[in-house]
Amino acid sequence: MPHLENMVLCRESQVSTLQSLFGERHHFSFPSIFIYGHTASGKTYVTQTLLKTLELPHVFVNCVECFTLRLLLEQILNKLNHLSSSENGCPTEITCETFNDFVHLFKQVTKAENLKDQTVYIVLDKAECLRDMEANLLPGFLRLQELTDRNVTVIFLSEIVWEKFRSNTGCFEPFVLYFPDYSIGNLQKILSHDHPPEYSADFYAAYINILLGVFYTVCRDLKELRHLAVLNFPKYCEPVVKGEASERDTRKLWRNIEPHLKKAMQTVYLREISSSQWEKLQKDDTDPGQLKGLSAYTHVELPYYSKFILIAAYLASYNPARTDKRFFLKHHGKIKKTNFLKKHEKTSNHLLGPKPFPLDRLLAILYSIVDSRVAPTANIFSQITSLVTLQLLALVSHDDQLGGPKYKCTVSLDFIRAIARTVNFDIIKYLYDFL
Amino acid sequence: MATSSVSKGCFVFRPDFKKRKVSVPIEDYFNKGKNESEDSKLRFETYRLIWQQMKSETEQLQEELNKNLFDSLIEFLQKSYSGFQKNSRNWGYQTKLREIPTAALILGVNVTDHDLTFRSLTEALQNNVTPYVVSLQAKDCPDMKHFLQKLVSQLMDCYVDVKSKEEERVQVTKKKTHYSMDSLSSWYMTVAQKTDPKMPRKKRTTSSKWQSPPVVLILKDMESFTTKVLQDFIIISSEHLHEFPLILIFGIATSPIIIHRLLSHAVSSLLCIELFQSLSCKEHLTTMLDKLSLLEHFYSQPLSVLCCNLPEAKRRVNFLSDNQCENIRRLPSFRRYVEKQASGKQVALLTNERFLKEETQLLLENLHIYHTNYFLVLRCLHKFTSSLPKYPLGRQIGELYCTCLEKNIWDSEEYVSVLQLLRMLAKDELMTILQKCLKVFKSSSEKLLGSTAKKIQEFLAQFQSLDADAKEEEDASGSQSKGLPKTDLYHLQKSLLEMKELRRTSKKQTKFEVLREKVVNFIDCLVREYLLRPETQPLHEVAYFSAAHALREHLNAAPRIALHTALNNPYYYLKNEALKSEEGCIPNIAPDICIAYKLHLECSRLINLVDWSEAFATVVTAAEKMDANSTTSEEMNEIIHARFIRAVSELELLGFIKPTKQKTDHVARLTWGGC
Repeated sequence: MPHLENMVLCRESQVSTLQSLFGERHHFSFPSIFIYGHTASGKTYVTQTLLKTLELPHVFVNCVECFTLRLLLEQILNKLNHLSSSENGCPTEITCETFNDFVHLFKQVTKAENLKDQTVYIVLDKAECLRDMEANLLPGFLRLQELTDRNVTVIFLSEIVWEKFRSNTGCFEPFVLYFPDYSIGNLQKILSHDHPPEYSADFYAAYINILLGVFYTVCRDLKELRHLAVLNFPKYCEPVVKGEASERDTRKLWRNIEPHLKKAMQTVYLREISSSQWEKLQKDDTDPGQLKGLSAYTHVELPYYSKFILIAAYLASYNPARTDKRFFLKHHGKIKKTNFLKKHEKTSNHLLGPKPFPLDRLLAILYSIVDSRVAPTANIFSQITSLVTLQLLALVSHDDQLGGPKYKCTVSLDFIRAIARTVNFDIIKYLYDFL
Repeated sequence: MATSSVSKGCFVFRPDFKKRKVSVPIEDYFNKGKNESEDSKLRFETYRLIWQQMKSETEQLQEELNKNLFDSLIEFLQKSYSGFQKNSRNWGYQTKLREIPTAALILGVNVTDHDLTFRSLTEALQNNVTPYVVSLQAKDCPDMKHFLQKLVSQLMDCYVDVKSKEEERVQVTKKKTHYSMDSLSSWYMTVAQKTDPKMPRKKRTTSSKWQSPPVVLILKDMESFTTKVLQDFIIISSEHLHEFPLILIFGIATSPIIIHRLLSHAVSSLLCIELFQSLSCKEHLTTMLDKLSLLEHFYSQPLSVLCCNLPEAKRRVNFLSDNQCENIRRLPSFRRYVEKQASGKQVALLTNERFLKEETQLLLENLHIYHTNYFLVLRCLHKFTSSLPKYPLGRQIGELYCTCLEKNIWDSEEYVSVLQLLRMLAKDELMTILQKCLKVFKSSSEKLLGSTAKKIQEFLAQFQSLDADAKEEEDASGSQSKGLPKTDLYHLQKSLLEMKELRRTSKKQTKFEVLREKVVNFIDCLVREYLLRPETQPLHEVAYFSAAHALREHLNAAPRIALHTALNNPYYYLKNEALKSEEGCIPNIAPDICIAYKLHLECSRLINLVDWSEAFATVVTAAEKMDANSTTSEEMNEIIHARFIRAVSELELLGFIKPTKQKTDHVARLTWGGC
């Protein structure tokens, strides 16, 4: 089929495997096929084009979209129903609650004239979501041919290997097909394939070559690369449009585009700057350095006491509770770090991450680090709660445990130092790790 | 009115919930327990009037502040979809990833009431961009199912609104239990198609400029959404984007890094994020405080009738009752004023009502003049101080105002350092400040400080003329530095010392320095003359509010303390004379929970339930004067036991104790401190 080869590039072996698995229209095919491979390795595209061009009756369902069992099953049935009765107008909506119902209804639907004598394909994209649904679902789909006694094949598409799917009971082993990552040559070929009509294929291929040279080390995602290619192409064409260089003047073109692409790698690729902003910058020919990326906005404005609460929480999270005496009592006496601590406490607390602490300890530290007297008012408590909703603190204990809730401080050292600086509090002096 | 002026310096959210709560019973509240002579009704009316005035002022201010932000947001939204439609045949458009246009709206933590902002944003969007604006909160969307349910139901509401405007009858089948993106987008298609052919292209209003108006989804609190829900939703909707034009608006309180923290790269690459930052909010709650103090002021101060604009106040003074006159005489500031007067006048003031009223009118007029001047000078001073390094007197005019109200500002150390710093200012800086001050004085319609304005103008003129002289001066200074004659080390040292001495004594100030000194002195005089504390003014009680501690009590709820007081001293709240007791002893007719609470205060960390129960029974039976030997005692014991159990479980509910497994028949205390 020459037609198909033009549409699916660099996946010849997979296509032929699938084609031979499918066999003739009326042949029973393998009950379930499991296709896996990395992001953007053409799983969905190949399956979809194959089923479409061969005009096989099929249903394509995205499992992320069907977040409940009922949605998933109904969608499959309704789509099938649509296939079977395309002539006689709008079919009625089928409702289906359980897998058992599904099997019955499936039998009924596939009785239709145009589905009867050929293999029906059900494709479940993002099949890894099935694992989070009802336990009987995955084994059921794997054995659908057996359960319904119909000529049906279920195709699973996933980015995860089959071993991670296998549950302990009733699993039928599917035919596993691996889609390897595209090699750089493959990428080059595929990306060059969709060149813009106003430029020659060679010119675009040269551009893709440069693009891959810059991006291949960090990104092998075909979709992303294609997106970047389109975004930056106008910049590449610029000298040609202005008449400063010819299409063959590769060196000059390269010198023009290379720094631009490197900048793109630090900004657009990381989504620090949105593509529309990038395009606008490109059009206005301004320096992308001027636009601040998302991560540049680190400043967080907090109410006065919230800052101290956060500082107290940080201290409580990273200091061992036994050292509180040393930091917050006036006459604590000298405590030497080496003898004082148990062995496991000698590792840096900052390497171990924040530890949970009870509310009372937080308040106790708060009272001793704030200069003025703080009453335990609703004000303070509500600020603690709002810090939790801002995800600067995390509630560790269960929500309805009223007595002694426990928290963790989730902010980084740099962040807390910035906060402490605004209230003139030298936090390093109070941290056990930096003693 | 002092308060309205301050509110110009900051902006705050109108606490309309407070108003609602307060305004229903407020009139009665004012009347209750007050004698008629105190004009409570009039006071209430005045209060209402001023409140309204302030409310509209703050609202207007807020609208203006939001306008910029909203305008840029709306522009972004309009652009993002017109772009989609324009390019749909383009090569680049077809190959590029379809990204969901996303606006990250950073509102800051300090903005307490985002809801209001979002509400007005929704309104603005509905008027300008699309009728389909939906806003969701994290707490409504624990999973995808609820997320979509909320989304769909709100969307359908939008749809009904649109339809009702166009006077069409539609039946929306709302009772659908299962929503999916599929059904949503097909619903959207039918709606978009329905509205489309009915309106010819030319007649379309701005709201439906596009063939299919986009759906704007506002996530009010981005931080609280779970990663899974957000990611799933974005993945799904990006797949449906071509039939369901969605725009996301993330409300972010902290910083945009949260986007990267919540969403993986694979998901965030589906978004086209642009950042919008609301103004960094230097808002204080001053306006709100003002309003509350207003209420308290009108409530407790009978003379606040006079707190209104000048002509009205004068009129009211004439109608003051004897009782009110007496109130005036009782004011400390008025007494001080009287003491300073000549003895004949003193008598007249204290006895003659008519004379008193006239005098009061005069004093009120003075007070108003004082007030206007005060703010002019305050703003002027703020212009000076706000440009200084490190802001010794605060960055905001509000801070400055507070310091001025608290004490005589010229006594403070900060003020001295400000003057010192001012003496070091360069000429151009000084001139810009003076120009600003001039603007302040000119902006006020009052001609009270006209001479001051003139003086500033003079200063400015002098500075300008200095420019001309500057050249000559430079020449003169240049000639001074003549080379030293060649001598030995000793002589050199000596001559250098001499020169130093000479320079110190006869150091001639440049003209500029002299002038600068003059300006600083002038400001100092202004401050000393006009920034007197309000307490020094006679009749200041009429317009100024000083009981800030009462306010603090109202605003800073202290639940723990209140609870402790309620349980420890029930008389405080119940006002039942029988409950009045000496410190430390337990009134036996107090509510059961109070008795149990007091007893538990005497215990250590673990409480023996049996002991506690017995102590409880002792206290209670003492109250009921029960004869322990009577026939009904068995029954009574059971009742007391039940009452004890109830009290204990109430205490557990309040979080004072909890069951423990450390010891049988014990409960653990969760609070510390005895009685």
